[in-house]
This record gives sequence, C-alpha cells and structure tokens, in this order.
Amino acid sequence: MTHIQSDVHPGTAVIVERLTRRFNNGPPVLDELDLAIAPGEFVALLGHSGSGKSTLLRTLAGLDPVTDGAVTRPRDVSVVFQEHRLLPWKRVWKNVVLGQEDKAIRQRAEAVLEEVGLSHRSNAWPLTLSGGEAQRAALARALVREPAFLMLDEPFAALDALTRLKMQQLVADLWKKHGCAVLLVTHDVDEALLLADRAVVLERGRIRVDVPITIPRPRRHADPGFEGLRSLLLDALGVHAA
Amino acid sequence: MSDAITLTGSYKTAETRGTTRSLRTLVSIRRYASPIVLVCLWQIACSSGLLSTRLVASPVQIAVTGWTLVCDGTLPFNLGVSLLRAGSGLGLAISLGVALALVSGLSRIGEDIVDAPLQILRTLPALALVPLYILWFGIGETPKILLVALGATFPIYLNLHKGIRSIDPKLVEMASTLGLSRWQTIRDVFLPGALPDFLTGLRYAVGVSWLMLVVAEQVNAESGIGHMMMDAQDFLRTDIILVGLLVYGVLGLMSDQIVRLLESTLLAWRPDGRKGRTA
Ligand SMILES: Nc1ncnc2c1ncn2[C@@H]1O[C@H](COP(=O)(O)OP(=O)(O)O)[C@@H](O)[C@H]1O
Ligand SMILES: [Mg+2]
Repeated sequence: MTHIQSDVHPGTAVIVERLTRRFNNGPPVLDELDLAIAPGEFVALLGHSGSGKSTLLRTLAGLDPVTDGAVTRPRDVSVVFQEHRLLPWKRVWKNVVLGQEDKAIRQRAEAVLEEVGLSHRSNAWPLTLSGGEAQRAALARALVREPAFLMLDEPFAALDALTRLKMQQLVADLWKKHGCAVLLVTHDVDEALLLADRAVVLERGRIRVDVPITIPRPRRHADPGFEGLRSLLLDALGVHAA
Repeated sequence: MSDAITLTGSYKTAETRGTTRSLRTLVSIRRYASPIVLVCLWQIACSSGLLSTRLVASPVQIAVTGWTLVCDGTLPFNLGVSLLRAGSGLGLAISLGVALALVSGLSRIGEDIVDAPLQILRTLPALALVPLYILWFGIGETPKILLVALGATFPIYLNLHKGIRSIDPKLVEMASTLGLSRWQTIRDVFLPGALPDFLTGLRYAVGVSWLMLVVAEQVNAESGIGHMMMDAQDFLRTDIILVGLLVYGVLGLMSDQIVRLLESTLLAWRPDGRKGRTA
C-alpha cells in the first residue's frame, strides 16, 4: 500500500509508477501503469471508452485511492469534468471561489472570469448558462486556485463543434499564461494535436503509445504537419485513417 | 390542407399594456363570479326560509356574528391561542424534523438508527394517539402542542431526508476536489440542495398542523378557535361555527401563501418554470 505524496513546490512533476487499479477484484483497469508529466507540460491522454482514462485521472485527483503503486504530484491540483458541476444555488462568481473564505474572493473571481471571457455572467445563476458558458465557469473555478497541475476529463465532449473550437483556443491561451502542467483526457485526436506537447494512448490499462508533438505553436486545425501523427494515433486507437 | 403552425407575438408598448391589464381584471372578476353567485343564492335560500338557520346560518348573519366576535374580543383571543399552539407545535416539528433528517441524511449510522423507527411510526395515524396523549399529558397546552408537533414532524423529516439523500454525488465529489471541509460541504452543498424538498415538507407540515389543531381543540380545550366552535354547537349557533370554519380557511390559505413566498425568494436560482411548483 502506498499513498499519494504531495509536494509544496510548484515545480514538482507528476509521476505515476506501476499503478494498478482493479474494481471488485476484477481484471485490472490500470495495469502497472507508468507515466510522468514534467512541470508545465501539456499531455493529452487518448483511449477507447472504458480504457481507464477517467480512473487514472480520478486517482491523480485523489478521488480514488492508490491501492497498488505510487503517485507523486504537486499539492495544488484542479479538475474540470465533462459536466460543469456548478452548484445551481450559487451565483457564478460564488461557484468560482467556492470554499475560499477571505476578503479578496470577489476580486479574484472577477479577474478569472474576465480571463475566460465570462465577466458579463458573473452574477448569473448557473442554470441560466449555456453549455459553453458553464464550462468556462468550471475552467475559471479550476484556475482561480492557481493549480500546478490541471486535469481535464473530456471537458468539451458535450459541447457543439463551434463552441468546442473556441474552448480549445481558450485552453491553449490559458495554459500559455498560467504555465501549469495539464492532463487532457480526450477522444478527439485533432484536439490532442492542437493542444498537447505529448500524446499518450491508453490501452488495456497501459500506455501503448507515447509520442511528442513537436509542431510549432500557435497551431491551427488541419495543419498539414498533423497528418503523420494523426494516422499514427488513429492507428493506435484501432481506427484506420483513410 | 397545411400542417404549418404560425406562432406570432408582438412587443407590448405602454398603451397596449394598459388594455391587457384591464382585460386581466375582467378575467379575474369572472373567476370570482361563480362563488359570489353561490353566496347570493345561499343568502336568498336562508332569507326565504328555504334553509333553516338551525342547519346553516345565512352569509349576512355570519358576517354580523363575525364582526361582533371581533369587537367583543372573543375571536382575537381564541385566534391568538390557536396561533400560538400551531406556531409552537410547528416550531417544535421543524426543529425535531430537521435535526433527525440531518442525522439520518448525513451519516449511515444515523440513518440506521433514526430512519427505521420513524418509517414505522409514520404509518400510525397520528390522530389515533389523541387518547394516549390526554392520558400522558393531561388537558393543558402540552398535549395540543405535542399533537401538532407529532403530525408536522413527519412531512418535514421525510422530505428533508429525501432531499439530502438525492443530492447529486458528483457535486459532493466536486466539493471534495475543491478542498471543502465536511462542514463547508454541508453548508454549501447539502443544505441548499435539500432546501426545495424541505420547503415541500414545510408546506405539508403547515397543512397537517391546522388539521391536528382542529382535532386537539375540539376534543379537549377551554380556548381556541376549535373550542369556540364546539361551544357554539351546544347553543346551536351555526353562525359561530361557520365563522370558525372561515377563520380556519383563511389561516390555511395565508400560511400556504407564506410558504409559497418563501419558495420564490429562497429558490430564486431555479429557472422560472419550476419556481413554486415543488409539490
Ligand atoms: N466505481 C467503479 N466500479 C466498478 N467499475 C468501475 C468503476 N469505475 C470505473 N469502472 C470500470 O473501469 C473501466 C474504466 O473506466 P473509465 O476509467 O471510466 O474509462 P474511460 O474514462 O477511459 O472511458 C470501465 O470498464 C468501468 O466499467
Ligand atoms: Mg471517462
């Protein structure tokens, strides 16, 4: 039995060593998995539905216990899920600074809402937000904590294509500005190529493919330089590019 | 034949708004027209001797008696006594119901200890306990207040408990990733999340309170609206009985409105369509 080791330094890397996770003594969902993410690195995690992506992310977030293996990560982490998970009974800005109780919360909330382009909705009730706006608020809530490591579990999967493009751009900008390490779970190969420094494909509980994406930034959708990597990743996912 | 439907609307200017308002007044008058006609018919039946005043007093008689009861202080005094009983009983029920629901909603052990006995108890008709209550607590204020409390505790407990249990676990999980303490999670997630169900329970509890009060005051009391009505029965004063009924009706209506107002202010975060429609 090992535990998550937290470190106070913002420069701490995320290190996963021989992490194994089973549910109810079934087959391992994560099978002696090794993964390292450098400080400030943007990693995209790809994989089929049910391949264990969320399980890995939940373990890193401290929501699931580490029963076998070791995980080291920075102390300050934030998570954004596919659903916004805003409290409907708190106004947007209060959701953003939920759990923080000092005098400057309002200022901080407004500042971060400005960053995600949602200052005009800071007093709104969450149930009146559109899907994209709600996800922006969730991003703001994650960023206001100045995390050294940000986890995103298919954050744009429920959004329409146009909104998704805008959100991807927003995440690219925010990452550049905040410089935190990011683990983005996605099933969208183009999204990974657009945003990440590295793409990792999870299969049957292990990392099967781990490729750096060295295309210079800022990147654009359908960059011809993506082709080789795209077919490589699609192959790894068992989908054969035309 | 065409399957098309055209939906149109027009932005209302100040003048057109004036006409819609008078139209709305007309509609609301129409809503009250039939009760008014019924009351008139009732009055005519009494005046012409068709309806014996021994069975039911006429509307005019009721109004006169009501006014007399207000002036000689009988009605205000008895109303005060009844309100105090209902208020104390309801207050007790809220404290007890909320406390029990928190214990059983927020901890597994609490649920095992609290929920089962309450689920059994709630199947008993509370009114069947009246004889036992009089034996236990005599004939003072205590049995009346406790009877109200007994009836009103269950709707509070059951609804709040259900509300706490049905909080989206994803929100609780979010609270934990944000580093909220147990107390902060209860304050910011569980309590506000269960508030709509609590208010539904409160609405039922208020209704039950009046019901229990009527019984308590008619069975055994020296004061209160219920006693006033039972007293009138001995003297065949149907007018006083009907005044009492009217007072009960108004009380029920007013308390319901108060809870509705609470709902619309406390649940302002809900989208319009769902406001005040928890029941
Ligand atoms: N709480 C749980 N109990 C039992 N099985 C689970 C639980 N959570 C996840 N699993 C199983 O673990 C596997 C991986 O799930 P998940 O990590 O959510 O996949 P992904 O996010 O890649 O789609 C699935 O087969 C799922 O059924
Ligand atoms: Mg998942």
